Amino acid sequence: MIAHFDINNCYCSIEAVFNPKLRGLPCVVLSNNDGCVVARSPEAKALGIAMGEPWHLIADKHRAANVQALSSNYALYGDMSRRVMDTARTFAERMEIYSIDEAFLDYSPGANIDKVGRELRATIRRHTGLTVSVGIAPTKVLAKASNRVSKKDPSRGGVFEWPDGGAGEQILCKMKPSDVWGIAGRLEARVAKLGIEDALALSTMPDELARRVLTITGHRIVMELRGIPCLELEEVASAKKSIVCSRSFGRSIESEQELVEAVAAYAESVSSKLRTQKLTAERIQVFASTNPFKPDEEQFHDSVGYTFDTPTNLSFDLIGIATRAAKSLYRPGVRYKRAGVMVFGLGTENATQLSFDSMPAPELERKRRLLAAVDSLNRELGRGTVRSGSVAADPAWKMRAKRLSPRYTTQLSDLPIAFA
Amino acid sequence: MVIESITALGIEDVIQLPLAGTAVPAGFPSPADDYLEGAIDFNKHLIRNPASTFALRTRGDSMRGVGIFSGDILIVDRAETVNDGSIVIAVVDGGFTVKRLRHRAGKTFLCPENPEFSPIEVTSPDDQIWGVVISSIRNHR
Repeated sequence: MIAHFDINNCYCSIEAVFNPKLRGLPCVVLSNNDGCVVARSPEAKALGIAMGEPWHLIADKHRAANVQALSSNYALYGDMSRRVMDTARTFAERMEIYSIDEAFLDYSPGANIDKVGRELRATIRRHTGLTVSVGIAPTKVLAKASNRVSKKDPSRGGVFEWPDGGAGEQILCKMKPSDVWGIAGRLEARVAKLGIEDALALSTMPDELARRVLTITGHRIVMELRGIPCLELEEVASAKKSIVCSRSFGRSIESEQELVEAVAAYAESVSSKLRTQKLTAERIQVFASTNPFKPDEEQFHDSVGYTFDTPTNLSFDLIGIATRAAKSLYRPGVRYKRAGVMVFGLGTENATQLSFDSMPAPELERKRRLLAAVDSLNRELGRGTVRSGSVAADPAWKMRAKRLSPRYTTQLSDLPIAFA
Repeated sequence: MVIESITALGIEDVIQLPLAGTAVPAGFPSPADDYLEGAIDFNKHLIRNPASTFALRTRGDSMRGVGIFSGDILIVDRAETVNDGSIVIAVVDGGFTVKRLRHRAGKTFLCPENPEFSPIEVTSPDDQIWGVVISSIRNHR
């Protein structure tokens, strides 16, 4: 069985944990350089504020409604995400961190997962003050669909287990194909062309047709809708909000060099994924942990992060930071079982404000061309043929973040104040 | 370029005090020297649950009676059970306050540890109690 959870209104909820004045107020978080709305509290959603709206166009209108607009504080979100994931990790033997605010957990058959789901939710809430929604089902696609139900229907108490038979079909027939995980985007148009209007019709389409028109990926989604697991819990995942590359090591790693090499390889993979999707990242987080199911061994799990002054997808930047992070995560004698690199605060390459860029445009362009050449060599000659070993110089330019909240959990100078 | 640590406390470098073996003026070395320990890791001693532990800084004098002074750092564990008598972080008027929690006559109060301040009644503990203070750190320099 699979459980999928995500943090409700993640960025806004995190801000409210440390600034209780925000509770109950409409609140939005803005993308880097305070451009567009990237997160909304339920109250902001109720006002009709849409994702991606440029804030400067709607600010005047919403100021009257006391809408609180904040710059994105990725240091804070990353640290709180780590706490949520570390808490969730103790609930299942296998976990896939899908993005900064969501993950899949894999339960062995026989677990009372509805109870586990409630405990997971209660424990995360207690540890972090954040509320998650949980969906439980035999497959990842249905677990995602279950989570939609638990979010839409507050009477479920935040946990919904996919029902067998007719009840499940009833939910599917109310879902559009684009509401199904993995269909929105490329496959959406093909599904529409077939005249398929709901998820139930998608789940009952002939296998042969699904394979032919929707390719193997689409066919797997169709199978998953029927409750047949086809998608493994992935340790390499990619999503819109963040890109993660993390793996469990085949054997425990004990040397610093091995840890650094592993992390550098993940950073390389993440940065090439960013470039393939023409994305840049604002923050990188590197984590490493021991095997929590070997309590007799010294336990360690921690992560360090870094916020780039200018969003980047350059291997130089990502590997340089990841390498230094891995070194700071290394403790002699600790047996590492897992490590990973996550980037978030993703934006499109072209939107990286060139006029603000720390690097002179020609130099940036040269670096981009070099990286493009590296990428194509790696594509042709195999991954890792050409790798980087240097770090970009400190960018002098600072991003505009006028409404940035303090880095409450990562800087001693920014600790929340408790009045005595 | 600085990597900021995002460990529970954000302390960049763990302060390590070597716990060396005995100083031996003469005679046989201590047999304990074969069992030299590592360094004291204060994170380990101060933090039981890294995922749920936060640091806050105090401002004000209402808790002087228990040795919490303005500017001290409070280590707060949200996973810790809230009991009668726990020192807690509570949300009052949209801000955080540190006080001792007391149950009296079916009501819950946030009590100062300084006679110059008055108790505050808690009306919705689930929304108001943020975490339990498990230790405080004060810099004497």
